[in-house]
Order: sequence, then C-alpha cells, then structure tokens
Amino acid sequence: MRLPAFGYLEPSTVEDAVELLAINPGAEIIAGGTDLIPNMKRRQISPSTVIALGTIDGMSGIQVDDDGGVTIGALTLLHDLAASSEVPAALASAAAEIGSPQIRNVATVGGNLCLDTRCGFINQTESWRLASGLCLKADGDVCWVAPKGEECVAVSSSDLAPVTVALDAEVGLVGPDGSRTLAASDLYRSDGIDHLGKSADEIVTALTVPPRPRWRTGYRKLRRRGTIDFPILGVAVAVEVADDGRVKDARIVLGAIAPAPMRMRQAEEALVGSRLDAEAIERAAELAAKPVRPYDNVDLGSRYRKWMAPVFITRALQDLR
Amino acid sequence: MTDGILTLTVNGEARRLVAEGQRTLLELLRDDLGLTGTKHGCDLGECGTCTVLVDGKPVLSCLTLATQTRGSEVTTVEGLADGLVPHPLQKAFAELGAAQCGYCTPGMLVTAAALLERNPQPDTDEIRQALAGNLCRCTGYIKILDAVKLAAGAVR
Repeated sequence: MRLPAFGYLEPSTVEDAVELLAINPGAEIIAGGTDLIPNMKRRQISPSTVIALGTIDGMSGIQVDDDGGVTIGALTLLHDLAASSEVPAALASAAAEIGSPQIRNVATVGGNLCLDTRCGFINQTESWRLASGLCLKADGDVCWVAPKGEECVAVSSSDLAPVTVALDAEVGLVGPDGSRTLAASDLYRSDGIDHLGKSADEIVTALTVPPRPRWRTGYRKLRRRGTIDFPILGVAVAVEVADDGRVKDARIVLGAIAPAPMRMRQAEEALVGSRLDAEAIERAAELAAKPVRPYDNVDLGSRYRKWMAPVFITRALQDLR
Repeated sequence: MTDGILTLTVNGEARRLVAEGQRTLLELLRDDLGLTGTKHGCDLGECGTCTVLVDGKPVLSCLTLATQTRGSEVTTVEGLADGLVPHPLQKAFAELGAAQCGYCTPGMLVTAAALLERNPQPDTDEIRQALAGNLCRCTGYIKILDAVKLAAGAVR
C-alpha cells in the first residue's frame, strides 16, 4: 500500500505548528505516525498536508512538579513512559502494553491520547470499504454496526485514555488563542467521528497528573494476543486508601467499549468505605460491568467482551490489595 | 519545509537521495537503494518483518516516513555482518535452523542485534519481550529464542 501524496511541514515551535494547522485546513499532525500512517495507507484519511511535531524542542520528557504531580511532554515516547518509575503505576503499565517494542520506540504519549477511534468497518483497505459500502466515519451515510443509529460507534482504543481519566489528569493544549488546560475526562466525547473534546486547531502539548500520594492505581487490558493488539476492553482503577485501610475515594474507568472512556461512578461509590475485600470487589465489579454494552465492531465478540468486563475489573481491583 | 533531499547513513554509508514526502523508509530501502533484505510484510505495523534499526533502536520501516530519518543512522540486515564475517546472530540462526520460511528472519535479526547491544546476556524472558513485535508465521519461536541465546554466548 502506497501512501497518498501530501505536503510535509516541519515547524520548529508549537506556535508555528498551530499557525500551519490554521492555514492548512484538514491537515493532520504526525508524531510517531503509528496511528496516522496505517489510517492513511487505508485511505481512511487523505490529508493534503501533514505537520510533523518531531522537530519541536521541549515537548518530551517526564518531570516531577513542585506539588508532587508529574508533567509528561506530549512527545514523550511510550517506551520512556513505560520505563518511568515517577509516574503512577497504572500509567506505566498501560504504556508498556501498547503496541509492540518497535511501536513504543516511536509512538508518543500525545499520539496515544489522541488515537483515532477504531471499528471493523473503518480499519479496512479502501477497496474493502468500497465493496462493503462506506460508513459514517469516512465518506458514507450509514453505520454498518448499528444501521438504525445516526452516530458513529467506533471505539476509543487508547490504553492511556481511561488511565488519565482515572487519575484526574489534565492535558495542556496550545491553539490560536493561546494555551489552556483541559480535564482528561473532557478530552473525550462519545462520538466515534468527532471523538476529541479539543478543537481541531489545538495541539496537545503535555499530560499533567496531579499528586496522588495515597492512591494505588492499576490497569488491565483484554486483547486477543498478548502483544501488539489494541485493547478491546481496558480497565483503569485508582483507589485512595485511608490510614484505617478503608477506601476513601475510587475511580473505575473502562476503555475500548464505547467511543469514549466510561467512568463507572456507581461502582466507585460502592467501593468507598470498604476494605477492598473480595465481597466489596465483587460488588463493585458487578456494578461497573452492568452498563457495559459493547458493539460487535472490534476484535472478538461483543458478548465475550461483556462477559469479560466483570472478570477484568475484579482482577484490576485485586491487583490493588 | 522539506526540500525533498534526504541525507542519512545506511549501513555505515552516507547516502544523499531525493525522496517524496510520502515515501516510507521501507520503500526507500527496498526500491531506491535495492536493499531487499528488509521485508515488506503487513505494511500496517503489525508483523515486524520490516524492522530496521534507526540510531540503534528497532523501528518499523513501513510506518516510518523516509523524511523522518533525515540525519539518522539506519541499519538493515545487510549491515549486520562484519565484511564477509556474519554476525554471531546470523551464524546462530543458521546453525540452529532458526529460519523456516525465512520471511521474518531479517526483522528478528536486527531486533535481536539491538537487544544484545544493550543487554549482552538477556534471559529468555528478556528475549521474548524484545522480540514481542516480530511475528513468525511458521511459529518457529523456540529455535529463534535458542539462537539468540547461543549468539549471546558468542557475542560475550
């Protein structure tokens, strides 16, 4: 598969990148390229311009902030995030499970946060899609997964997304009007096409994780093979444990079951006050898995993925004991 | 803005090429430089047979734009041998029959070479982790792991 032709621009500052984005409507950003290049080869997108961030200084690295939180540059490699002992455990372990070693050597934190949503009807070659009929996400007017639906149900397949929501993290953005921060939970929208809550002319520059001294965090991932595959269920958990050993606050966030990560508040509340014992974990897992309604649009069957939800939530919570 | 002229080092040799923006590193190596040792597999970053080393790190040449490697040192399987003397990994793969159809072998070799460079005596788990992104469709993994272990002894 050859890539379509495009103009390639290499700004040296984020501000220049934002300006180039503004004057080249429909341009795409490239960092590691491990999401963009396959999508372009399959002609899911054919941007006339690609703007590379790799030549911008100061956008990579992991830094412990004065308040004990951590700021991770958007161009930080997943390999480096996976190897970091300074970030919460869930973040490092989720990064270690993304793609293959080769992919983690070039793929970036910002790229995974902004990873395009995935679906069995879109991640196909152009000839396959033309033969089966184009879909909502690219040039068509019907969703082949839910034909009666009017919204694209392509799946949020980022491993970092549910973790950042569980950590109450924020992303730094730079756009034409300057810089701002956005809660990770607001970075994701329940729309398989327009899945990011930032505007198209804004660039993610950093991920900031607030200090979490008494929190234990973890991540569990379901996929067909233990390497390479995207998640088809991701479970990010975080609990704050008080001195008496009881849960003071909790986050349970599920990834890869819908166009956006889903926070399971009812299950979180059920954990508060418990000692993370088997009974409390079972109850929370049941509550968190109940609303899970995966569509049959990524690997393995939707019934199997729903069946696995309480199992993986249980394992993720057990890891925290 | 790129002027389309690309300078990089391939297997120790300085190269100056004209490359369109959409040229992948895999296409540059195979089509422009005739280095067909690097194999064209899935083309989507899933199989690892197109792995080459860029500045010593294994990356997928099918997902790398050639222009992104400007100024880098690229090593392909052709660059592993020392003149006419094969790399210890190449000897070990041949000795143990670690290549079946052979299509994944170039990617396996360069990925394993990068591992031995940073960790000369890896244990089985470390070898498995390092080769996790290289699929062998013949599923001949045992011999491959054995060959890397054998080569690690030789490299030592």
